[in-house]
Amino acid sequence: MADVPTNAPIECPGTQSQQAGKVSACQGCANQKLCSSGVPLPPDPAIEDIKKRLLPVKHKLLILSGKGGVGKSSFTAHLARGLATNEDEDIAILDVDLCGPSIPRIMGVEGHQVFQSMSGWSPVFIEDNLSIMSIGFLLSGPADAVIWRGPKKNGLIKQFLRDVDWGELDYLLVDTPPGTSDEHISIAQYLKGAGIDGAIIITTPQEVALLDVRKEISFCKKVGIPVLGVVENMSGFVCPKCKTESQIFPPTTGGGQQMAKDMDVPFIGRIPLDPRIGQCCDEGRSFFSEIPDSPAAKAYKSIIEEIRKFCSNNTTNDDVPDANV
Amino acid sequence: MAAENEKADGKIKSVVLVLSGKGGVGKSTVAAQIALELANAGNKVGVLDVDLCGPSIPRILGLEEKDVHQCSEGWIPVHPDKNENLAVMSIGFLLKSNKDAVVWRGPKKNAMIKQFLSDVVWGNLDYLIIDTPPGTSDEHITVAENIKNFNVTGAVMVTTPQAVALGDVRREITFCKKVGIPVVGIVENMSGYACPNCSECTNIFSKGGGESLANVTNVPFLGYLPLDPKLTMSIEDGKSFTELYSESATASAIRHIVRPLIIS
Repeated sequence: MADVPTNAPIECPGTQSQQAGKVSACQGCANQKLCSSGVPLPPDPAIEDIKKRLLPVKHKLLILSGKGGVGKSSFTAHLARGLATNEDEDIAILDVDLCGPSIPRIMGVEGHQVFQSMSGWSPVFIEDNLSIMSIGFLLSGPADAVIWRGPKKNGLIKQFLRDVDWGELDYLLVDTPPGTSDEHISIAQYLKGAGIDGAIIITTPQEVALLDVRKEISFCKKVGIPVLGVVENMSGFVCPKCKTESQIFPPTTGGGQQMAKDMDVPFIGRIPLDPRIGQCCDEGRSFFSEIPDSPAAKAYKSIIEEIRKFCSNNTTNDDVPDANV
Repeated sequence: MAAENEKADGKIKSVVLVLSGKGGVGKSTVAAQIALELANAGNKVGVLDVDLCGPSIPRILGLEEKDVHQCSEGWIPVHPDKNENLAVMSIGFLLKSNKDAVVWRGPKKNAMIKQFLSDVVWGNLDYLIIDTPPGTSDEHITVAENIKNFNVTGAVMVTTPQAVALGDVRREITFCKKVGIPVVGIVENMSGYACPNCSECTNIFSKGGGESLANVTNVPFLGYLPLDPKLTMSIEDGKSFTELYSESATASAIRHIVRPLIIS
């Protein structure tokens, strides 16, 4: 719906609707008073500003889960590093996990600062062709907490999308927090004009994770974000001593592959649990560079190929259908 | 207005929050184990799941098919046991299907949490365990504001050992200090995995980070919980781990975590 404000709930009837401000979905919305007064709300100019800013970005991908701790940030970081091995392509990560920003640490740039110029905020560069923006760069120290309600979070996400001067990019990867709330609704709404190529959904094999991930896929379908595919992370652990494989997070209900089938979305791969991945993330090092021949590195490479294929088959910005928000 | 502690005929002696900041560290698992341990000891225990987007408590406690009902005084929580030692409330009970997503912005989540805190007919409870989502946002701020009139024992912080988790937990501790919630201590979960074949222990998510964080932030360290396949399967199957495996080292570690929460 074109007339849904960016701070509105997902079931907003639309500011031009006769029910504007009057239905139960309107409860608690900041626009309710204005809507029910009958005065039409102007469209949020940010959506068009963001569309203009992101015109030079060829592909925009969200990394979602619904469940926390499944490896969204770890996957985003490795996807970015994997894509950036092609030096002719420019890659960037936007970290919108405002309460728990992991990307700076995982990419080895904790403590770096961002700067503003006439053309906007400059992201932090890891390599010539790999840059990052995260609230982590704006915090004063490791104990500094972002204790914000939804509207303030939405405001910063809008700024990140509108004001970061990415330049020309082949891929913009958006790392998200778990859940289906303000951050996710805002990303979907603010990127309405610019378009989202697809979402990569990360899960671990156990049902307690799949419960949340199904909801995330439902969210994507609700707001019209194409699901590129499901990745099952922490999928099996091989004991370094006796080489026996065990399922630390048992796929009692069929794991990510079955869940993807049930939800009618593609399944694009499994990544085994390798303790060295966690260590690399903690120390900000690239797992690919350190342990390129491990089963996990090979799994990553195969999944990254699937993602490249999807993007090269995908339509351009202008042709991406409107997200249904 | 903060929710009242006395709801109709009920009084809650102790409120314990289970927090992390980081997702996927085992908050819901630990919250459930604390609740089960206290209930098995004969206490009246309520479990309130305020993770509205990802409610895990119904599955973990084996209550997925249950509904909640309303009476004139409010919502009746789910009582899984005949003695009604355990009372559980979660948005999970209000969803028709497990595919249903709760896609709400902050204000609507806040309204639901306030309702959970003021309109559930808990009855008299010895303990109310509140399971939370990761982060330091609407849910956390709303809970903190609305439990001001309750007897708050404090927060149990759950972390996994690796640095990426500790960063978020440190921020959660800052949150607790800002809103005046005492930190009972830190639990280091998923701390080591013993191969079921050869018993070799691998520190899959590193080790010792939780204890170091406790030292750095000057809060008590409550103990390590290993990655125990029996605990993981109990969670998957919705069974009570401490009842089934009460002699195990993991069960002993859980009892150690619960000890500082016990009110006289």
